Amino acid sequence: MSPTNPDPMVPTPFRVQRVRQETHDTFTLELEPARGGNGFSFQAGQFNMLYVFGVGEVPISISGDPTRSKMLVHTTRAVGTVTKAMRRLKRGDILGVRGPFGSHWPVEVAAGSDVVIVAGGIGLAPLRPAMYELLSRRDQYDKVVLLYGARTPEEILFPRELERWRAHFDLEVHVTVDRAMGGWRGNVGVVTTLIQKAPFNARSTTAMVCGPEVMMRFTVMELLKRGVKTDNIHISMERNMKCAIGFCGHCQFGPVFVCKDGPVFVYGRIKDLLTKWEI
Amino acid sequence: MSVPPHRVHDQVRLPGEQLQTLIEALRLLGYRVMGPKVAEGAIVYDELTSAAELPVGWTDEQKGGSYRLVKRNDGAAFGYALGPHSWKKYLHPAVHRLWKAKREGNGFEISEETPEVPKLAFLGVRACELHAIAIQDKVLTQGVFRDPIYSSRRENVFIVAVNCSQPGGTCFCESMGTGPQATFGFDLALTEINVNGRHDFLVEAGTDRGTEMLQKIPHEGATEKEKKTVAEIAAQAAQHMGRQLNTHEIKELFYRSLEHPRWDEVAERCLNCANCTMVCPTCFCTTVEDVTDLAGTEAERWRKWDSCFTADFSYIHGGSVRASRKSRYRQWLTHKLATWIDQFGSSGCVGCGRCITWCPVAIDLTEEVLAIRQAGSTDSAALPTKEEQ
Repeated sequence: MSPTNPDPMVPTPFRVQRVRQETHDTFTLELEPARGGNGFSFQAGQFNMLYVFGVGEVPISISGDPTRSKMLVHTTRAVGTVTKAMRRLKRGDILGVRGPFGSHWPVEVAAGSDVVIVAGGIGLAPLRPAMYELLSRRDQYDKVVLLYGARTPEEILFPRELERWRAHFDLEVHVTVDRAMGGWRGNVGVVTTLIQKAPFNARSTTAMVCGPEVMMRFTVMELLKRGVKTDNIHISMERNMKCAIGFCGHCQFGPVFVCKDGPVFVYGRIKDLLTKWEI
Repeated sequence: MSVPPHRVHDQVRLPGEQLQTLIEALRLLGYRVMGPKVAEGAIVYDELTSAAELPVGWTDEQKGGSYRLVKRNDGAAFGYALGPHSWKKYLHPAVHRLWKAKREGNGFEISEETPEVPKLAFLGVRACELHAIAIQDKVLTQGVFRDPIYSSRRENVFIVAVNCSQPGGTCFCESMGTGPQATFGFDLALTEINVNGRHDFLVEAGTDRGTEMLQKIPHEGATEKEKKTVAEIAAQAAQHMGRQLNTHEIKELFYRSLEHPRWDEVAERCLNCANCTMVCPTCFCTTVEDVTDLAGTEAERWRKWDSCFTADFSYIHGGSVRASRKSRYRQWLTHKLATWIDQFGSSGCVGCGRCITWCPVAIDLTEEVLAIRQAGSTDSAALPTKEEQ
């Protein structure tokens, strides 16, 4: 249920505390409830509907730390009318928030096993809350591996955080880019190429995958090749959404509603749809 | 299809002229009575103040892409099948303001809507439409969230069903198990009888408030023979369905037919005009629209009916998920007849035939199903059923 307002279609005002440019077209908003209150609690992988006054509303996943819920954090790419208007917001401006909505990453279920996170591009944003949560209870998991692919070194999201995570002795972090100029000394190639060599025990691994649909499709193929079980692979889907509560019909993906049955799905539940076009 | 329990009550006979008394009694209780009348060349639903406004002596002739009003040679008030309107126009309004907002400094203040909820009585609801209402109840009020707009309107409605005695050329409620006789979901159910110059209604109450209403209207006990005519009329109507649809394992059929060549064929004809979704009594999809005044100080958010036939419907950054016409028709029909079953436990189709009648190029879903069924299917993998998930 929506804690923000008893009427799930009415946004609650949040005040912009900070707008941070991440890459040339992505940015992060840090928000606090404008009417005070106890921050914003959510589960890793959930999303909110964000409303810019007079412009419109869009679904954006939460990219902040679920264990420190004072601040609500969203990271998105400025591509449409609403997200472009969002990027122009300044500290102190008000944004409407509805949510949180949808299913979450299986962070608790994964306890006792290895965890492999595979992210492509902006897909790292909805997975970052899962990383925070895993790290907050690191002793509950065996190996934790993060594989991240971006188009170019300049488009790597959260580079400082990735560096910090890489320095953890109990984390395996591998970053690759599709193409790079001379200065890049890391991996080059799509993120799926990292999967075969990644150090995890496929028989006992929970995989969480987010990125463009085609990237997720190939990532899942590689994970299955390694022997990860169909029901241990989770992917986050994206569709047009107008209501986020299962009424508007826009986010249907075959029999499921991405807003309420997803956005995080067990791969086995939707695998047959992923191979069909225009579902 | 799961059906609420049937309230068994005895039939009574209401002389034809007492229909006016029923309308007046409902109006006295504060109901606005909505029912069929002739307007814009069709039988549409609108507010009635008198029984004289009913489409007395009119019927409709329907076939693929065609609807005509025709004179009857008797004084039947409900002697037609169905018009283009469905009751969703009252329960799930086509256009509705969700809220208003006003700019305040660098923020804004939202004022929530407190809409006046009309107290409505529906007169002339067909069995297929009772099922359609039950389906929208399931979609909009029985999930994790309740749609407050639909719920508030739905709670107050007084329903007077009228059994269908003259199914149209595009009807197939018999195939869908949704008619022609009203079996649940009404306060009162009427069967119109026109014999030997007499015009009567046989009436059954489905609820306590239906029984109470009936007590306000002069009526007589019905003879055993008259009571039998209700079933006879239903049986006779069932024999006159203009269309048929074989629903055997229809979900599995559609789940394995996502790449059937018939989708290409129907896409050649489909205009993607969205008429079928507008006239469908169960289609519930909406979009939201944000409007502002010229100064940009006031904003409003409106909810409007939307259709899966538009390119905008599935738009995400970069383009539409369903860019082709074929994929949009496939989405509509597969949702209606197959995925709906997994989502809400019943078919999304009640067999009213409106989508066939009001399709400008006469695409007929019963023909499409037949074509897909006969040609078998090309897909190898079927989707998982809910149990397997």
